[in-house]
Amino acid sequence: MPTTPKIELQGVAKSFGDNAVLKDINLQVAAGESLVVIGTSGCGKSVTLKCLNGLITPDRGSIKIDGVEILGGGRAALEDLRRRFGMTFQFGALFDSLPIWENVTFRLRQQQKLSKAKARDIAAATVTDLGLAPHVIDQYPAELSGGMQKRVALARAIADKPEILLFDEPTSGLDPITGGVIDRLIIDAVQRLGATTVTISHDMASVRRIADKVAMVHNGVILWCGDVKQMDNSGVAEVHQFVHGLAEGPLTQTAASKQDGQG
Amino acid sequence: MLSFIQNMGRTALNFLSALGRITLFSVVAIRWIFTPPYYWQQFFRQTLDIGYYSLPVVGLTTLFSGMVLALQSYTGFARFSAEDTVATVVVLSVTRELGPVLAGLMVAGRIGASMAAEIGTMRVTDQIDALDTLSTRPMQYLVAPRLLAGTLCLPFLVLIGDIIGVFGGYIVGVFRLGFNPAIYLSRTLEYLEISDVTLGLIKAAVFGFLIALMGCYHGYHSGRGAEGVGRATTNAVVSASILILISNYLVTALFFGV
Repeated sequence: MPTTPKIELQGVAKSFGDNAVLKDINLQVAAGESLVVIGTSGCGKSVTLKCLNGLITPDRGSIKIDGVEILGGGRAALEDLRRRFGMTFQFGALFDSLPIWENVTFRLRQQQKLSKAKARDIAAATVTDLGLAPHVIDQYPAELSGGMQKRVALARAIADKPEILLFDEPTSGLDPITGGVIDRLIIDAVQRLGATTVTISHDMASVRRIADKVAMVHNGVILWCGDVKQMDNSGVAEVHQFVHGLAEGPLTQTAASKQDGQG
Repeated sequence: MLSFIQNMGRTALNFLSALGRITLFSVVAIRWIFTPPYYWQQFFRQTLDIGYYSLPVVGLTTLFSGMVLALQSYTGFARFSAEDTVATVVVLSVTRELGPVLAGLMVAGRIGASMAAEIGTMRVTDQIDALDTLSTRPMQYLVAPRLLAGTLCLPFLVLIGDIIGVFGGYIVGVFRLGFNPAIYLSRTLEYLEISDVTLGLIKAAVFGFLIALMGCYHGYHSGRGAEGVGRATTNAVVSASILILISNYLVTALFFGV
């Protein structure tokens, strides 16, 4: 008997004005699986991710979590759904005006009315698990390096143990070593929580480390989706070009023809 | 000719569309002011920023306005031997008009810009999306406390500004123009009515609401990048200043004769 996928997208489409960013996205992610979405800049990866937790509403299509449709359920249903998600953003999106402990326990404090002392304890324990010193919790985001901000963003995403984690370019802007550390922390945290994850990444080393499955978005559709081990032998020219970072190939031609069209 | 009419029509439609968006935005924000949970920490932070940290700039503005007003009205009224009305003119002008309008314009520059820049930066750095993902409504967390703080703080700010402005007139009247201090004070209070002060405070509440509304609205809908945030900041200050002047007339007309 087939099991219900944790996340399922069917025929998801989204346009901004005349620009059809997503045309027909079909994806399935099993419970506990780590899917990484790859693709050229502007191909709609981030839009796909934002559709998943309702930050962007698709024009058509279906998105199911545990087999339950999440589109068209209203604001309250969406808020209930979001409690099951944790998300990190490309540039951290930490709240500048709040110290780290308030950033990390933001949702916990909103929902559980934690005391300040309890919230600080949780924040200190969470950041320590991610390799930061406990005193960091009294600092502000602007006082931290890029790598530390990424760790704090990860701490905020996992603090209340969500079932599904969404990562938008978790290693972008980091040196390879710090990027590797962040990947390791993500893998550890996800294993500890038993969470299902969807990650967007351009960093192929990171993709190979964290992905169980890889999907490539191109021209608003899923061009290829398969096991990470099959990525190098996909037989799809665009995937081959992207994975190996080749300057010449079909993706370059597509980009050029788009520029010609705009020109 | 046709293109001129088209442009006029497009401008009119854009204006109505923007008016509709701002109205909807304010209705939603007002609803969240009265809906729990209440973000008191945000409210107190804004209260401190608007009410306390704006005090020096408002105090200086009204102080020198009161001083100038005393000098100018003395110069004018001396031409028909009505110098003894200077104190009355100063207190009525400051409480009914200058206090709220000048404080409003100064706060629009200071707070309207800061709200638009802060919320705009949150928009372009995905912090507003992050609020959503953390099950917190951005309108309720960011906008509602600012609107409430703006509406409540400006009347207090203007009341203090009124006192300082009248004091400025007193300093010039007594130390520069040679009025007897007791007579100047009695003239100040003789024709002043409670309604003069309350009218100014009502205006201040309206201005405070409009400043916060424009700051939040333009920040919330900020374009991408530094340029987008810069434009949002400028738009917030300009639109708040214009709305202050328009609403000043409307409120004055509404309470005309009071």
